[in-house]
Amino acid sequence: MTALTFSLKDNPRLDRWLRFQDDQTVRISTGKVELGQGVLTALAQIAAEELDLRIDQVRMMSGNSVEGPGEGYTASSWSIEHSGAAIRLVAAEVRALALARAALRLNAAPDELTVADGAFLKNGAPSGIDYWNIAGELDLSAEATGTVAPKPQSAHRLVGRSVPRLDLPAKLTGSGFIQDMMLPGLLHARTLRQPGPHAALLQLDEKIIRRRAGGDVRIVRLNNFVAFVGTDEIAVRAAAVAATECALWDNALSLSPEQATPDWVASQPSDDRLMGDAPPQLSTDRICARFTRPFLSHGSIAPSCAIALYRDGVLTVWSHAQGMHPLRENIARTAGFSLDAVACHHVQGAGCYGHNGADDAALDAALVALALPDQPIRLMWRREEEFGYEPLSSAMSVTVHAGLDGAGRPVDWTTEIWSATHGQRPGVGGASLLAAHAMKTPPPDRKPFDIPLERGGGAARNGIPLYDIGPKWIELHLIHDVPVRTSSLRGLGATLNVFAIEGLLDDLAGRIGEDPVAYRLAILSDPRARRVLEKAAAMANWSSREAGGDGSGLGIGLARYKNSSAYAAVVAAVEVDEAVRVTDVWCAVDAGLAINPDGILNQIEGNIVQAISWTLIEEVRFGPQGIATLDWESYPVIRFSQIPEIRVELVEASEYPPLGVGECAGGPTAAAIGNAVAHALGTRIHHMPMTRDRIMTGLMA
Amino acid sequence: MNECLTLNINGQVHELDVPSTAPLLDVLRNHLGLKGSRYGCGLEQCGACMVLIDGVAAYSCSREIGTLSGRTITTVEGLGSADALHPLQQAFLDEQAGQCGYCLSGILIAAKAFLDRNADPTRTEIAAALDANLCRCGSHPRIVRAVLKAAADMRDKEAR
Repeated sequence: MTALTFSLKDNPRLDRWLRFQDDQTVRISTGKVELGQGVLTALAQIAAEELDLRIDQVRMMSGNSVEGPGEGYTASSWSIEHSGAAIRLVAAEVRALALARAALRLNAAPDELTVADGAFLKNGAPSGIDYWNIAGELDLSAEATGTVAPKPQSAHRLVGRSVPRLDLPAKLTGSGFIQDMMLPGLLHARTLRQPGPHAALLQLDEKIIRRRAGGDVRIVRLNNFVAFVGTDEIAVRAAAVAATECALWDNALSLSPEQATPDWVASQPSDDRLMGDAPPQLSTDRICARFTRPFLSHGSIAPSCAIALYRDGVLTVWSHAQGMHPLRENIARTAGFSLDAVACHHVQGAGCYGHNGADDAALDAALVALALPDQPIRLMWRREEEFGYEPLSSAMSVTVHAGLDGAGRPVDWTTEIWSATHGQRPGVGGASLLAAHAMKTPPPDRKPFDIPLERGGGAARNGIPLYDIGPKWIELHLIHDVPVRTSSLRGLGATLNVFAIEGLLDDLAGRIGEDPVAYRLAILSDPRARRVLEKAAAMANWSSREAGGDGSGLGIGLARYKNSSAYAAVVAAVEVDEAVRVTDVWCAVDAGLAINPDGILNQIEGNIVQAISWTLIEEVRFGPQGIATLDWESYPVIRFSQIPEIRVELVEASEYPPLGVGECAGGPTAAAIGNAVAHALGTRIHHMPMTRDRIMTGLMA
Repeated sequence: MNECLTLNINGQVHELDVPSTAPLLDVLRNHLGLKGSRYGCGLEQCGACMVLIDGVAAYSCSREIGTLSGRTITTVEGLGSADALHPLQQAFLDEQAGQCGYCLSGILIAAKAFLDRNADPTRTEIAAALDANLCRCGSHPRIVRAVLKAAADMRDKEAR
C-alpha cells in the first residue's frame, strides 16, 4: 500500500487526473502549471512511464479549475513531489485496472499481459486490444486507493531521460503565450492603478484622456478601479498613461528612499516568532555577523496579461497565474460570485519566479468583463505597472549568532531575521487580489502572517543550518507594517539566510585557520550533503585554492532547499577590482530520482544566473510616487556579457524520491559569491547587492 | 493620420492603411496577426520585440511605421516554421535553449543579424552581440551554445 499523497487526498477521483481520449491519447491533468520550468514535460514522462505509453501519446491539461485537480499554487518547488507523486500513483492504478479488464477480455492471466505503447501484449505478442478498446469498461470515477505500487526505478525507460521540452517548439516559432491568444471581438484593456490600498480617486478628466488616447476608448469605472477599453491597443494604452498623469487622488501612497533599505525594515515594530530546538545558552564564546539584502522585483520579461469573458452568467478567465483553483476562489470572492460561475484556465506567460502581477491582472480583466458582458477582454499591464504594483520580495536583515567550543566549532546557532512577509499570495494569510482594495467594500486588513516553517517557511526558510551544531534556533522578527506589498520570489528567505549562514561559517573557519570545505565537513554528518559539497569542491579543483586577498577568490556555499528538497553545493570564482566579476560557477546537486536530468540542469543554471544578478546587481528603490525602479534602466538585471562559465552536475541519487529542484541553487550561489569576494578581498561584504560602491567602501574599511 | 505604406514583411508585400505613428510592433501583432514579436517594455530596453529591418536587428516596440515605407522586415515567423526550422531555431531546440521562452523571438532575430555578419563567432562575440536582449530565466549559457552550434551547422551546410 502506497500512501496517498497530498494532491491525491484532495482530488481522489481517478478521472480528475486521467482520461482516455478518442484520438488514442491519454489526457493527464495537473493543477500545477508551466512557468518555463519544464514541469509539464516531466509530469508527462511520469504518466507515460507508468502507463507504458510513448510520450507523444500523453496530452497534458494543466491549470483547469473546471475539470482538473486543485493543487493550490505552483510554488515552493512542490510540483514533482506533489503532482508528480499523485500522477504516478493514479497512472499505476489505472494501468492495473486496465490490465485486469484486458485479462478478462483475452481470457488470460494478468501476469501474461504487458503493455507497450498503450497496446496489450499477451506473452509478448500483440493481443489486438489496447487501452482505448476497453476504456469504456473502466470506472475512472472511482477513488484512487494507492494500492498499486508504481514501477521500480530499474524498470524505468522514460523517467530519467532528458525528454525535450514539449512547449519549446511553439515558443521558438512565434507562438505559445497568453499574449498571443485571440478571441472573436476581443477588446484591449489597460488600467489606471490605485496608488496604494487606501487611495481614493477625486478627479479624472475623461475629456483629456479621450483626447490623448487618439482613438475610441471606453472608460470602465468601479469605485477606485478604472480601466480603458477598446479595439485599438495603442489608444487604450495612451489613455491609461494619460489617466495616470492627470488623475487626482486623495491619500495616495508616498514612499521615502529610506524605506527601501533593510535598515529601515529592521527598525520597524515586529511580530516575533521563535522556532527551532531551544534558545541558546548565552554562556559560551559567541560570535555574530549581520547580513542584508534589499527589496527585489520578480522582473518578469512580460507585463502580466489576462483574458476574461462574461457570458450567460459564467465568468471565464484565462491567466498565466500560478494556480487556477485559488484564482477562481479569489475572483469569485471579490466579484461576489459562486465558485460554479467562475472558470479559470491556465495559458502560459513569461516566467514569473514567484508571485508577480499575474493574479491581479486576472481580476482586472474579470472586472472589466463583468462590466462589458459578451465581449472578450484582453487586459495587459503596462511595463511600469508591473514594476510598480507587483508584490516585491522583502528587504531583509539577518544576524547569525554562533556559540563556539574551545576548538572554534559551533555548539549552538541562532538565525535572527527581520523581514516583511514572503507569503502574501491571494487567499493565503488573509491576502487579496490587488483591485479588491479599489472596490466599495475593501477586504479587511491582514493580520501578521508568514508561511510557517512546516510548510517550508517564508522569511525563515533555510534559517536552520544543516550542520551538526547543538541547538539550532530562529528568531523571526516579522515586520507587518511595510508600505509595499511583499510576497514570494524564488527562494524566499532562503537566499539571504543561506548567504548569512554560509558567510559566518567561512569566518569561523578563518578564525581557526581551517579550509572552509574541511571546516564544513567536520560538522556535517548528512551523507547526501557531504557528497554534493565534496563533488562541487572537486569540480572546482578546490584543493588548489590559493591564499586569497589578491583580487581573485574562490568561495563555496551549501544548502538543502527548505531543509527538505534538493541539496546544492556551489563554488564560485570571482575577480574583484572595483566591481565583482563572477568568472566560473561549479554546482553539484542531489535531486533524488531525476525525472528529466536536462530539465533539472536547465533550472539550476537559470537559478544560478538569477542569483548572480540578485547578489551583484538588483535593488528596488522607492520615491515620493511609490516604487521608483519602473524600467530596465533603473532596475538592471544580468546580461549576456556578465554570464560566467557554469558547470552543473547531478550526483546519482535515483534510490531516493524525486526532490523539488528549481530553487535549490539560489542561496548557495549567493553564499559562494559572498565567500569568494571575501576570499578575494580579505574582507567581507555583508550586504547585497555587492555593487562597486559597496566594494570600494569595503576596501576602504 | 493614416497613410498608405508598402512594406515587405517576411517576403510578402503588404499595403498598409494605418496611422503613420503606429509602432511597428502594434502593426505586426494587431493588424497583420504576426504574434511572434513580443511586447516586453515598449521602451527599447529588453529586446523581446526585435525584428530585422533590412537585415539589421531593431526594436519594433517604438519604431513608427511611417518611417519604414519600402523597407524589408523579417520577424521570427519569417525565419522558419515548425515544419522547416531555421538552423538557429533547430539549434535552440537541440540545446534546449530556453525556459519560459518569452525573450526567444527577439534573441533569435538578434542572433540571425549577428551570424549574417559573423559566420564563425566566439562565445564572447556572441555574448556581446546579444547584450541588448534580456533573458530573465537565465538561459544565457544555453543560448550562447545554441548560437555557436547554429553557426557551425550553417558553415557545414555552406561547405557542402
